[in-house]
Amino acid sequence: MVNEVTIRIGGESGEGTISGGDILALASARWGYHVYTFRTFPAEILGGPCMFQVRISDHPVKSMGDHADVLICLNKEAFDRNVSELRHGGVLIYDPSNFTPEIGDYITYAVPFNTIARKEIQLFQTKNMVMLGAICGLFDLPLEAIVQVVQSKLSKSRKANATLMEKNLLALEVAKNYVTEHLSKRDSYQLGLVERADRVVLNGNQAVVAGALAAQCGFFAGYPITPASDIMEGMAKELPLVGGTFLQAEDEMAALAAVLGASYGGVRAMTATSGPGFSLMTELIGLSSMAELPAVIIDAQRAGPSTGMPTKMEQSDLSFALHAGHGDTPRMIVAPASVSDCYNLITLAFNMADQYQMPVLFLTDQSLTARVESVDRSAFKPAEIQKREQYQPQTHAENGSNGTSNHEPVLANAGSASHGYSRYAYTESGVSPISTPGAGAAVYTATGLEHDEFGHPNYEPEDHTAMMHKRFSKLEAAAHVLPIPERYGDKDATIGIIGWGSTEGTIQEAVDRARANGHRIASLHLKILSPLPDQSIRDFIGSVQKVIVPECNYSGQLANLLGAKYGLQAIRVNKFGGIPFTAGEILRAIEEVNHGTSSHQSHT
Amino acid sequence: MVQAVINPTPKDYKSEVKPTWCPGCGDFGVLNAAFRGLAGLKLAPDQTVIVSGIGCSSRFPHFMKTFGFHSVHGRALPVAQGLKMARPDLTVVAVGGDGDFFSIGAGHLVHAALRNIDITVIVMDNEIYGLTKGQTSPTSPTGHITKSTPYGLMASQFNPMATALSLNVSFVARGYSAKPKELAALIEQGVQHKGFSFIHVLSPCPTFYKTFDAWDAATTPIPAEHDTADRSKAMLLAMETEQLFLGLFYRTERPTMDQAAHQLTQQAKPFDVEQYMKRYA
Repeated sequence: MVNEVTIRIGGESGEGTISGGDILALASARWGYHVYTFRTFPAEILGGPCMFQVRISDHPVKSMGDHADVLICLNKEAFDRNVSELRHGGVLIYDPSNFTPEIGDYITYAVPFNTIARKEIQLFQTKNMVMLGAICGLFDLPLEAIVQVVQSKLSKSRKANATLMEKNLLALEVAKNYVTEHLSKRDSYQLGLVERADRVVLNGNQAVVAGALAAQCGFFAGYPITPASDIMEGMAKELPLVGGTFLQAEDEMAALAAVLGASYGGVRAMTATSGPGFSLMTELIGLSSMAELPAVIIDAQRAGPSTGMPTKMEQSDLSFALHAGHGDTPRMIVAPASVSDCYNLITLAFNMADQYQMPVLFLTDQSLTARVESVDRSAFKPAEIQKREQYQPQTHAENGSNGTSNHEPVLANAGSASHGYSRYAYTESGVSPISTPGAGAAVYTATGLEHDEFGHPNYEPEDHTAMMHKRFSKLEAAAHVLPIPERYGDKDATIGIIGWGSTEGTIQEAVDRARANGHRIASLHLKILSPLPDQSIRDFIGSVQKVIVPECNYSGQLANLLGAKYGLQAIRVNKFGGIPFTAGEILRAIEEVNHGTSSHQSHT
Repeated sequence: MVQAVINPTPKDYKSEVKPTWCPGCGDFGVLNAAFRGLAGLKLAPDQTVIVSGIGCSSRFPHFMKTFGFHSVHGRALPVAQGLKMARPDLTVVAVGGDGDFFSIGAGHLVHAALRNIDITVIVMDNEIYGLTKGQTSPTSPTGHITKSTPYGLMASQFNPMATALSLNVSFVARGYSAKPKELAALIEQGVQHKGFSFIHVLSPCPTFYKTFDAWDAATTPIPAEHDTADRSKAMLLAMETEQLFLGLFYRTERPTMDQAAHQLTQQAKPFDVEQYMKRYA
């Protein structure tokens, strides 16, 4: 008996497919299970085929599951679209009034969702409750878990009334009783009792909003775009409650421009977008880097190019993020891998932006934005804030009083009265203390023009050369202190995997399964892509015989980067259909490499 | 909130950076008017930010001894609005040219007008692209021959005043660089106005489009009897292109987005993650 089941619900958007899945995930998590969801969105605003998959386990889960153990089809199209994802010997639940499935390698249960909802409950909208009741009856999920969630959701709803509540709860009960009475269990999936735990259940975008608030973000500007709009909507609602302000900009250029304006005013500021909006922002990324103004820019990646597939995931903006903008433009890149990373690494991103006075790009992707995970509450601690170093006129004007700081001006004339405040003073770390408008502050002009240390336009070769060194030296300084990635798996691995972004859990699950199969294998997951942790990567590459780089993009953007920087000839495993990897797919790649039968490309 | 400095003179706002403008450029007059206007208001340089985009006139912040933000082409308005939203205590003035505000950044003008964020924009309009050496601008007259319109401009001429009025900008005025005293007064009024203030300044280019004589002849003060609360009448003045009226066309008071947004923060409390996460428990 396995206390784990992956349930996929397929149906039409608007018939309770997603809301039913949401309730199932939340109820399971509240009851003490670990959950991990994956869902698709229809292209249509109303209606259209969609599915919701939730993996429920009494053990921590790291990926969405290779296959569905249970497939619930609310209509015939859902069967046609999803049956290929059903495990051999899995469970198919359908309504015989919709269709009769052809005979296949699965156990079928016929449940008359439509009839129960329409005839017995006399409210067709309770169909998703009927489905959930049936799930409880079949897999021993306590009905009480669902009831609690439904009660709390409905009591907050504007449409709520006593009859609606009653009918929803009745539907759960009737469906559960129906399957207990009419169906004999022929499968082995069972959930049953589990220890309660102190977890919260949320998705990547919700965690980003919480993290930004914890990091004391005081201003947000953005333009609506899928799949980043939730972040904007969350910030619009929450920022005033913590004393911040919000602006819905007229376009993404204005959004990042406004963020830089706020940042110039000394306020932590952020924007969130996806590929098409990120393309528009590039001129302002250059300005942020050149004028040395902190900014946090979230790119919730979606499948490109151009408008691409707005509701589908891809990890295809890495090359762009590394180079976005004309000229040589230092920037930092952070890529969270999980829901808790979305919370914790956004603080890191704000700290990096402030401490190194440059743009920090935060690369999530569509699958992570919508992925619901149950996370131990202890992962959400108050943020540790490291703010930008402020210029203090009284101490710095007299050639600096604190001789131990590595941000002290190193040129003799820096800060001298004849020139005023040396905003872009040359320092060992490249970081120059910044002045913020306000009473008693030293004035300066921030500029996208090349400038001397005082911010005055300057096109002299010596000046440009020195300023380029200064700006890039900040990346070197940061590389020494930023967190380094942890190796996962065997110390004596022969095969290594290097990944980035939302695939971490999936890769680690594949590593676990490969090790259980007797392979010696390890993985390294990069969460900071600029500056790269050179030594960690070199050590890892040097410790294994072959390196697999799995990425959800066509061209192998991380593999290209590692090839260019470290001469790595990686075995590339690329998936680019808009759907994330399963652990099984990565496991297959590992086994092919191990047997020397790899069909994947290995070139630089 | 603006803190007074003790009896500042216009010179107190002048930086040590020497303007890059051509001798005779209208922008010198605007710069002097800005010095005077700021001195007249006794604005504290450390609480005043001049924001610009790109163009000859956008070098402006470098020449002033206040805080400055010389941003990128077309984006002065969103930078200025973001700054004012985040820091409503500061005085924020956006400056630039006709290319910045009526071409590459024209889209931003519409939304600045709708939001009515309390900033002032000074547009130095020379009806030509000067920094790139003489191409047509949205405000160039139809038929005008430039390097990019060798057969004459085939588009209509943009009307900044009519546009601002049609957007119901809450303060709409026009000045002339050759009349810095009057312009300084408009700048003072514009900065004092609570809301988005639009000051269109005729500021000739001595190198690529010499309009001094034409503008000397065409400019005339707005008739004294003009009611600045009457937008329709102001529109009639704006539509007049033979005569170019100078002065305050229109002014109205309405809520500003920066103040409205800060009203919302009155009950704000520090973020408490433990409390916040309860919604996901």
